[in-house]
Amino acid sequence: AGPAETKNEAAMSELVPEPRQKPVVPMKPVGINASLLGYIGIDTIIEQMRKKTMKTGFDFNIMVVGQSGLGKSTLVNTLFKSQVSRKSSGWNREEKIPKTVEIKAIGHVIEEGGVKMKLTVIDTPGFGDQINNENCWEPIEKYINEQYEKFLKEEVNIARKKRIPDTRVHCCLYFISPTGHSLRPLDLEFMKHLSKVVNIIPVIAKADTMTLEEKTEFKQRVRKELEVNGIEFYPQKEFDEDLEDKTENDKIRQESMPFAVVGSDKEYQVNGKRVLGRKTPWGIIEVENLSHCEFALLRDFVIRTHLQDLKEVTHNIHYETYRAKRLNDNGGLPPMTVETEENHESNL
Amino acid sequence: SYFIVFQGEGCRTVPLSGHVGFDSLPDQLVNKSVNHGFCFNILCVGETGLGKSTLMDTLFNTKFEGDPASHSQPGVQLKSSTYDLQESNVNLKLTIVSTVGFGDQINKEDSYKPIVEFIDAQFEAYLQEELKIRRVLHNYHDTRIHACLYFIAPTGHSLKSLDLVTMKKLDSKVNIIPIIAKSDAISKSELTKFKIKITSELVSNGVQIYQFPTDDESVAEINGTMNAHLPFAVIGSTEELKIGNKMMKARQYPWGTVQVENEAHCDFVKLREMLIRVNMEDLREQTHTRHYELYRRCKLEEMGFKDTDPDSKPFSLQETYEAKRNEFLGELQKKEEAMRQMFVQRVKEKEAELKEAEKELHEKFDRLKKLHQDEKKKLEDKKKSLDDEVNAFKQRKTAAELLQSQAQQAGGSQTLKRDKERKK
Repeated sequence: AGPAETKNEAAMSELVPEPRQKPVVPMKPVGINASLLGYIGIDTIIEQMRKKTMKTGFDFNIMVVGQSGLGKSTLVNTLFKSQVSRKSSGWNREEKIPKTVEIKAIGHVIEEGGVKMKLTVIDTPGFGDQINNENCWEPIEKYINEQYEKFLKEEVNIARKKRIPDTRVHCCLYFISPTGHSLRPLDLEFMKHLSKVVNIIPVIAKADTMTLEEKTEFKQRVRKELEVNGIEFYPQKEFDEDLEDKTENDKIRQESMPFAVVGSDKEYQVNGKRVLGRKTPWGIIEVENLSHCEFALLRDFVIRTHLQDLKEVTHNIHYETYRAKRLNDNGGLPPMTVETEENHESNL
Repeated sequence: SYFIVFQGEGCRTVPLSGHVGFDSLPDQLVNKSVNHGFCFNILCVGETGLGKSTLMDTLFNTKFEGDPASHSQPGVQLKSSTYDLQESNVNLKLTIVSTVGFGDQINKEDSYKPIVEFIDAQFEAYLQEELKIRRVLHNYHDTRIHACLYFIAPTGHSLKSLDLVTMKKLDSKVNIIPIIAKSDAISKSELTKFKIKITSELVSNGVQIYQFPTDDESVAEINGTMNAHLPFAVIGSTEELKIGNKMMKARQYPWGTVQVENEAHCDFVKLREMLIRVNMEDLREQTHTRHYELYRRCKLEEMGFKDTDPDSKPFSLQETYEAKRNEFLGELQKKEEAMRQMFVQRVKEKEAELKEAEKELHEKFDRLKKLHQDEKKKLEDKKKSLDDEVNAFKQRKTAAELLQSQAQQAGGSQTLKRDKERKK
């Protein structure tokens, strides 16, 4: 019929389609403070929503990138207080460094306070470990885009799942070597490329090798270098939603980040308390002690305050950017194929 | 290459050795929603005079603007108004849509159509946004109808056929909550019979009304009980009367006062509880995951898209989009080609015409030329003959002159002779 046809063409030619004529909506945003007139009960929607989300559970996918030996797996285990990284799940600690960058994802279900979370940790062994590291970020970028592609394919189905499985990388921890000097060219190259497709949180690994002054100076230098190179790490300035966000995030961006961290999954007795730490001849480094390192800041930032935001920025911005680009490319199936779960098992 | 291994999926979870802090996740999510604000859209379907606006005023404790409708509407229309309500830290954008003139016409065959079209239009608007290349779904003002309150006239007998027809058309598109309006017109015993009759008619006609969900243990019991009380018999009133020592919403009759919020008098409290305080989020979720998905699926199939082809590569919306676009372009090209052919044809024809004309001209020219030549020849011949005559004349003249001169010489003497002879 007539109107359907024109809408079809309009949709295809990407003109802003005219929605069908609705009856006149006299938008009268009358600001009525309902509590003055008697309790209605619309504030119960918060509880209703909370109950529903608890029931469905959450997904979170975190990627760790950095040269081997920087303590990536340990840090992730420390973050989630559990053996969730690749190294803890039955792989040989003595295994050889791979000749190319590999992507290894491992998932666990963890629960706390009635909240169920499917946590996937994506490790990238081989990154930065070769003699020639040119383009070693490419397999990583490819993996990230493949997850967007998977989601997109599911989203455009006619009959689609109630909840589309989310394998997209919500957060990428980039481990900077604590040289104390400056960022390496590889660090800059990686972050330049990937900050456009994923939320990157740079961390300074093994920060127990620097004194407080060295740490402060190094952080300042790193921040400057990132700024000079136009690298927007998470939380990105352009996505601050309101003044409150901006104030909070400015402080994090300009003072706290990059977090200088130490990881450990061993506990020691300090002042009568059991703490996570690293034992050295000159003392015990307490991981969760803010005067020793910034691990607790990283943990609070990633898990306790910004976890949902990391997911939302991934979904509303990075994914949308990918989708818009894909749909704009004329005649465009991507050259990459998405491997299915069946293929995965055979790789073992 | 990569692989994903899931350990502990479904049953065994990995133990945590301390407090991680992701139990704050629901709070993080809820806080973001609160900052964003919520939308809730109610559609009231019912005949004029059944108290739709009054009930909305009563439910939301306020007087929404608007005058009562007349009975002389030519057709069914929908009137929509949006309000911003705030309670604690919750900002709700409430949209109330009401039918105007429903049931007033003599011929009600098409009465349901504007309602269905309105509901579809909201789905369509959302779908269009979702299909855009550059879209802003998380900031989209959702106008899809989350709940449809169907007002049944308190006749006490049974559902009207208009009600059955309309509800049947709406039940796959919206969550229907049937209510008996102005139920203070029916006695308690009649009400029970009425409810049973309505429920059985709905069932026998296959009308799917909204069921309050019973899958979550915390609300399963109350929802289950409430399901049995449908359709809710309601009364609306914004007038407050002093009953005892409290001010209450009520309607005063000579024989007594009907209290709106008294559960022994009517089901208003039940309606408010179910619609707002317990299931508002579920109504929104069902609208999005069930009704909207159905609309979307039907619409896309209608437009010619399809999902996985079982024996070959999966078709994606994008691919079919591309295929359709190419098809369209192909059509365009064909048309272009046809037009070009026609143009070429016309040119050829015109050329032929012109050639004909040219030929004629040439022929004419040739004819004229020949004529001219003939004329010229004639003239030349004439000229020649004239010349010949002139020459002949000249010859004769020369001959004559010669003769004359000869004659003169001889004739001089001749003449003298003649003259002498004359003298003699």
